[in-house]
Amino acid sequence: MDAIKLDLSHYRELLKQYINTQDESALYEAEQISKRSIQHNISLEEIINTHINALEDIYPELPENIQHSMSFLLEVMISYGLALQEFQDLRETQLEIKSEISVAARMQNTLLSTVKPDVEGFDIGVVSVPANQMNGDYHHFIHHEDGTVGITVADVIGKGIPAALCMSMIKYAMESFPSEHKNPSEILESLNRVVERNVDPSMFITMFYALFNPAASTISYSSAGHEPGFYYHAADDTFEEIRAKGVVLGVTDMAQYRQYEREIHAGDMVILLTDGVTECRQGDRFIESEEVLEVIKSFSHLSAQELVENVYKHFEKLQDFHLRDDFTLIIIKKDV
Amino acid sequence: MDFRTCVNIQKEWDIVGARQFGRDFSKKLGFGIVDQARIATAISELARNIYLYAGSGKICFDEVENVGSRGICIVAIDTGPGIKDISQVMEDGFSTSGGLGAGLPGVKRLMDEFDITSKTGEGTEIRVVKWVR
Repeated sequence: MDAIKLDLSHYRELLKQYINTQDESALYEAEQISKRSIQHNISLEEIINTHINALEDIYPELPENIQHSMSFLLEVMISYGLALQEFQDLRETQLEIKSEISVAARMQNTLLSTVKPDVEGFDIGVVSVPANQMNGDYHHFIHHEDGTVGITVADVIGKGIPAALCMSMIKYAMESFPSEHKNPSEILESLNRVVERNVDPSMFITMFYALFNPAASTISYSSAGHEPGFYYHAADDTFEEIRAKGVVLGVTDMAQYRQYEREIHAGDMVILLTDGVTECRQGDRFIESEEVLEVIKSFSHLSAQELVENVYKHFEKLQDFHLRDDFTLIIIKKDV
Repeated sequence: MDFRTCVNIQKEWDIVGARQFGRDFSKKLGFGIVDQARIATAISELARNIYLYAGSGKICFDEVENVGSRGICIVAIDTGPGIKDISQVMEDGFSTSGGLGAGLPGVKRLMDEFDITSKTGEGTEIRVVKWVR
């Protein structure tokens, strides 16, 4: 059962030394024995047994009542030692699970990878960081032949592995749509049917889908219950919420989505995000969306990529470097 | 298998009887005090499972031999409801006796060999062996 036994003679000598001198150095050595025993998986009861044997060696005339009391102690420690062993095994199992998850997270990164579009006249920045190892947020760019770009931002209610699994399905469903199929409202309607049929009813997915047309400088979009984004008007230095009505994906198979369109003017910004951004918390307090906009504004002189990264760093710090929810922020800036 | 001795388990007090018999038997076979304590604890777990979940059953003891080494074989038999999902009860952290019991994984750790067969509605038989070192 035990790979390495405790060295009885060493223990005995040390115990003898301590009984005679009450020397701190013997106690320090005892600490080392304790640590070595943990390292070598020596059980609690084995240590007690070594102590009993050493004691009997030093005092062959040990009174019987003391001997009995030592057996009693040994008995008391058996279940405790057993529980410790169980914890150790569970800890190993936990490490295995952790490393499996990190492999899965790497796979997810590859599966869901997307290329940020490089569009003349516009500057685009993206940051998406999971709260745990696996991301339940999703963003994706679809580059169409006519130069338009489909932009998806989605969030599975809940996080972690189930959310991540769900997202992989969403991505492949979207890829199976015909390429001429690019109207936001149509895409959400098709996707809604896929989710309704394939995803557990307890799971909800919100999505914002936009078709960005750089040549015409327009963006058309629909939302399936997703956290509203913001539009920054450079002309009067104000933010406006991008309102779009639509039911969360998967609730009903007949959902219809309204499509909206707006023009993007020079110096303006389109801000798309998930609730991990707007629901950052400082202590027990949820931040207000005005605060998010303030922070965005304070970095707005930077390039779009530097902007989103600085906003992320700001809220990461605000939350003591411990994200509570997956954080995704996309900013499209039109050059002046 | 024809067992030398069995202890019936019907009331909580019988658990003590089974422990006592197992401890004396393992001492006679030459087990050291740590192993005696481990065997007694394993018997406790097995007997408590019978008492709590099957209502009644027995714990049987025998001496076993294998190429020069001696050991104790303990078999717990009951005619209770049986265990539906053995993998689950053998999982660490899934404890049947209210969280603090070592449960069957504990028994497996305490002993050298462990074997379980169970049929829903008919009962459970757990056979464990520990060798004198």
